Amino acid sequence: MTPYLAITDQPIDVAAAMAAVQTDAAGAVNAFIGTVRNQSGGRPVRRLHYESYDSMALTQLGHVVTQAYEKWPMLQEVAVVHRKGTLELGDVAVVVAVATPHRAESFAACQYIIDTLKQVVTIWKREEYEDGTEWVAAHP
Amino acid sequence: MPAGNRGLSKIYVEDMSLKVTLYGITRDIVGTSVIELPAPAPATVGELLEEMRKQYPALGELRSCAVAVNHEYADNDQPLHTVDEIALIPPVAGG
Repeated sequence: MTPYLAITDQPIDVAAAMAAVQTDAAGAVNAFIGTVRNQSGGRPVRRLHYESYDSMALTQLGHVVTQAYEKWPMLQEVAVVHRKGTLELGDVAVVVAVATPHRAESFAACQYIIDTLKQVVTIWKREEYEDGTEWVAAHP
Repeated sequence: MPAGNRGLSKIYVEDMSLKVTLYGITRDIVGTSVIELPAPAPATVGELLEEMRKQYPALGELRSCAVAVNHEYADNDQPLHTVDEIALIPPVAGG
């Protein structure tokens, strides 16, 4: 039941994250895989630069996962791995994997974790365009 | 708390300096990744934000700017101590 949480500057091993949540008690494994898109609001994106305040990010990620266990007591296993550093188009930026007895809770818990991660986990994204870079969501 | 300890903590607060770590766009705005605020440093999160916005007005143009104390988001009235790990947290954008 100890969640597998990591921030890494290495390419994410999606299969390893899926394997980390495997358990005989689960009939459903649900994974969200976030990847680097080639545009943002119609503006072509060349690559992304992620920065992380690792120690706080892991603390906050722990809170998010604890909240998910409280909301879905049947939740079995959770893995969250987020990449940092420079990512090219198509690279995997984040994987959230959950295992539950039945599928409905697996979709709900997985969505809760990725949505809440985006609100509270201390990771920042700088998009690189042909003519410069910009911190995502920094300004209103 | 014994009176002696109260006296000691008063001296401690007056001598207090703070170290604040900057991430993302706040580091670009301030121009360094760590800023040291000499004594008398802001005593609370709210005072720190006020002081930082005064020195760096561009911080006030952000969608949000939170303060983290020891890896947790902190309210404006939370007191600050020299030993705390303090960071400015601009709008996060993971995922």
